[in-house]
Amino acid sequence: MAGGPDTRLAAADDATLLARLKAGDEVAFNLLVRRYRPTMLRVARSYVSTDAVAEEVVQEAWLGFLKGLGAFEQRSSVKTWLFRILVNRAMTRGQREARAIPFSSLADPSEDDGPTVSAERFARDGAWATPPRPFELPETRLELLELRGELRDALAGLPVRQRLVVTLHDVEGLTTEEVAEVLELTANNVRVLLHRGRARLQAALAGYVVGRSVASHSNEAPGTEDQGA
Amino acid sequence: MTVLPQFIRGRSNLTCQELVELVTNYLDDALAPREQARFERHIAGCPNCTEYLRQLRITLQQLGELREEDVAAPVRHELLHAFRDWHAGEAS
Repeated sequence: MAGGPDTRLAAADDATLLARLKAGDEVAFNLLVRRYRPTMLRVARSYVSTDAVAEEVVQEAWLGFLKGLGAFEQRSSVKTWLFRILVNRAMTRGQREARAIPFSSLADPSEDDGPTVSAERFARDGAWATPPRPFELPETRLELLELRGELRDALAGLPVRQRLVVTLHDVEGLTTEEVAEVLELTANNVRVLLHRGRARLQAALAGYVVGRSVASHSNEAPGTEDQGA
Repeated sequence: MTVLPQFIRGRSNLTCQELVELVTNYLDDALAPREQARFERHIAGCPNCTEYLRQLRITLQQLGELREEDVAAPVRHELLHAFRDWHAGEAS
């Protein structure tokens, strides 16, 4: 595990990779693609109707990225710039599909207000009436992968703006300010969307984990596990 | 800076119901110092909200794990060709 040059490069920051790839280093380019492509696909998929079209959009975005490299002045970070290119392409493509509406009008007002945790879970004085049930993550890798599958599905089921914001911020790790720049929102808008999206995902995860542990403790009555229903 | 509703701003103690709506701003360091102090004061004395915040952190950590997915080889090759073309163009 000493790590050859490639291994060390894999941990390099974006700016280092950018400098290397500008000098023609294919390994650096590959690493950058591996780093961002999965999230780019998720983001693109929010704007267009099929996985295949999302793949095309992401490829287009990388070509646009290469084309623009010479002019890139690093006023924003590499990933902010990359995701801006991506979002622009995806929006154009989505509009051509006559499916996507401008981002700002994707808002469903009901998405943005009201409590994120049901008022029924609190007493009149605002204290928990139905507090969160403590849970632990499963211990085996297989179970963890299953849990992540659930989380991925829940993410895919979020309203589009929440999904984009959570994907960029929590999956990809952009800062609130970077997400705001990529999606042309205010930082406060980003936080509101993030908050609502996260609350739904947290509820989904808690429901899944608690449901599982209930199922695994009901061995006496195996018929009650109806997970497929 | 987030402007909190009057009913939250006016009092010195947060309720659990108010706290759960502030968790994102808290984790993002977007609360005013006074709000942050009230948040932390509540959390320190409330096991249920502590658990809620713990579960949020677990959720965020698992979301971060979703990004590790390998890129299919054919796609990489196509991009690599594009990269070589680009570099050849730059060099000429």
